[in-house]
Amino acid sequence: MTVYANPGTDGSLLSFDSRYDHYIGGEWTPPAKGRYFENITPVTGQVFCEIARGTAEDIEAALDAAHAAAPAWGKTSPAERAAVLLRIAERMEENLERLAVAESWDNGKAVRETLGADLPLAVDHLRYYAGAIRAQEGRLSQIDEDTVAYHFHEPLGVVGQIIPWNFPLLMAIWKLAPALAGGNAVVLKPAEQTPASIMVLMQLVGDLLPAGVLNVVNGFGAEAGKPLASNKRISKIAFTGETTTGRLIMQYASENLIPITLELGGKSPNIFFEDVMAQDDAYWDKAQEGFTMFALNQGEVCTCPSRALIQESIADDFLDAVVERTKRIKQGNPLDTETMMGAQASNDQLEKIMSYLDIGRQEGAEVLTGGGRLELEGDLAGGYYVQPTIFRGGNSMRVFQEEIFGPVVSVATFGDYAEAMGIANDTLYGLGAGVWSRDGNVAYRAGREIQAGRVWVNNYHSYPAHAAFGGYKSSGFGRETHLMMLDHYQQTKNLLVSYSEDAQGFF
Amino acid sequence: MGDAAPQALESRPAVEGERDSRVALSPAAVRLLRTLWDIHGPLMFHQSGGCCDGSSPMCYPTGDFRSGDADVLLGVFDLDDDAGSRLGELEFWMSREQFEYWRHTHLTVDVVDGRGSGFSVEAPEGKRFLIRSRLMG
Repeated sequence: MTVYANPGTDGSLLSFDSRYDHYIGGEWTPPAKGRYFENITPVTGQVFCEIARGTAEDIEAALDAAHAAAPAWGKTSPAERAAVLLRIAERMEENLERLAVAESWDNGKAVRETLGADLPLAVDHLRYYAGAIRAQEGRLSQIDEDTVAYHFHEPLGVVGQIIPWNFPLLMAIWKLAPALAGGNAVVLKPAEQTPASIMVLMQLVGDLLPAGVLNVVNGFGAEAGKPLASNKRISKIAFTGETTTGRLIMQYASENLIPITLELGGKSPNIFFEDVMAQDDAYWDKAQEGFTMFALNQGEVCTCPSRALIQESIADDFLDAVVERTKRIKQGNPLDTETMMGAQASNDQLEKIMSYLDIGRQEGAEVLTGGGRLELEGDLAGGYYVQPTIFRGGNSMRVFQEEIFGPVVSVATFGDYAEAMGIANDTLYGLGAGVWSRDGNVAYRAGREIQAGRVWVNNYHSYPAHAAFGGYKSSGFGRETHLMMLDHYQQTKNLLVSYSEDAQGFF
Repeated sequence: MGDAAPQALESRPAVEGERDSRVALSPAAVRLLRTLWDIHGPLMFHQSGGCCDGSSPMCYPTGDFRSGDADVLLGVFDLDDDAGSRLGELEFWMSREQFEYWRHTHLTVDVVDGRGSGFSVEAPEGKRFLIRSRLMG
């Protein structure tokens, strides 16, 4: 057991700077308008640093730097770019604890997860794309005996990326690694709720990249996000967030005729067929943990298994077990490695979760455990803590249809396979899903029938590199964490070459 | 909690065939909207769904977000300034498919302290619009 000291106190692994400027062209650059905003840690609700409040002027400066750097970066060999990604990965790994504590402090999540998942995954995704770009090949087609179509990969140039606040470092790496591997320069806008940990990362790894290849501009969506997303000087925009902003970004992209990738969340079903309880064994234990995964990252995950569908024949016994399991979730200081669930990322997120606990009750959902805010003592009293909550109700209730983005799971039961599939697919979204059965045939068929981009079978919340991640339906498009994302960051150049001396014969 | 119910500003119904307001503004929301109107001019809401800041109402300068046949206009507010002079109309939109799951609830736009969300214009003020819901009779 370890309890990390709060940043900036005696014995802590890091002190945040009192103020962070933008990172533009390899330099720490004050915001053009000279304004900053206060950044709060959800752990205590206290301000711990100031962050540059970017505007269109800063975005333009970052685009200037990116455009200056892009041509040379785009011409580097895949081996050189892979080496840079590997060096970034290595430095992150050397500083893993420090980054994990920074991430917990900025976001509120338990350090157990940043140490065990967020940071190791970020390191591995960098290494994955370093390997993927080395192994990437263009293709050629022999059209006829004397005509050959060569297909080359070329960078898009300068791309924009807007990052969410639920996994600030990991989501940044998910997007940066394929973009940089593909030879692009990037202007990245972190979420205003979690703008600090990425700046700690830039202080650590900024020197490993040529100036201007990666530029980070902080600020509010309306003031910095919009001038980036609507800018004519980007060749692509990537966004993770919600549907209205996704549509707005798509509108801007339509004006500029540029491609986009969107990841817009979901309302993921986690389906438990009756045979999960056929034996009291390791698998049944694993299935219970699979249910309890709704509490991972305080439920602030786009694929949170927030709709649990349980076969009627086992429902009561199943729920007895998982309610007990959920009650064992240890909450408290996020910097304590024994803590399983930390703070929600912001006050408005806390308030939103409370509003859903309210409408859930109004609609008649039964609260099996939790159901309210968690009041902690001492420094943590000002933080944003919520009890893990299990609702039991019906799929038409709003708590079954909207992504609460909190530690809240809504349970419904089903009679048979067909009903399970009907409920599972009765949602606007299709990002993730879980299927639990000891019967491989049932699990396979369910996995194929559920309209979602990622169906976990007999596991949940695993995010390895080289397994494609992305949405069906209103959950967006594009596939991350897989080499197919390189296609979203590269042009295809077709060189159609004739090796014949003979005229075509038309003129 | 900026509890809204008693003095909430109800909208003019805009869904075809409906006579009751299905969306309202809390007094705190009205006050913030007056400030934002000063800064940005005429405003609109589009209710979001999905992850991160999903399920939050997004406030934009009118015309910035293009609503279309895929959307439903839930209501229109007549917004006045502090002195009672008319500012203009403010529309509240939601995607049609989302409305099918939300239509049995009345929505009140309220305000909490917050740290931003999407491109919604209130974030720089340190505020965040939030939906409070109740079942419709």
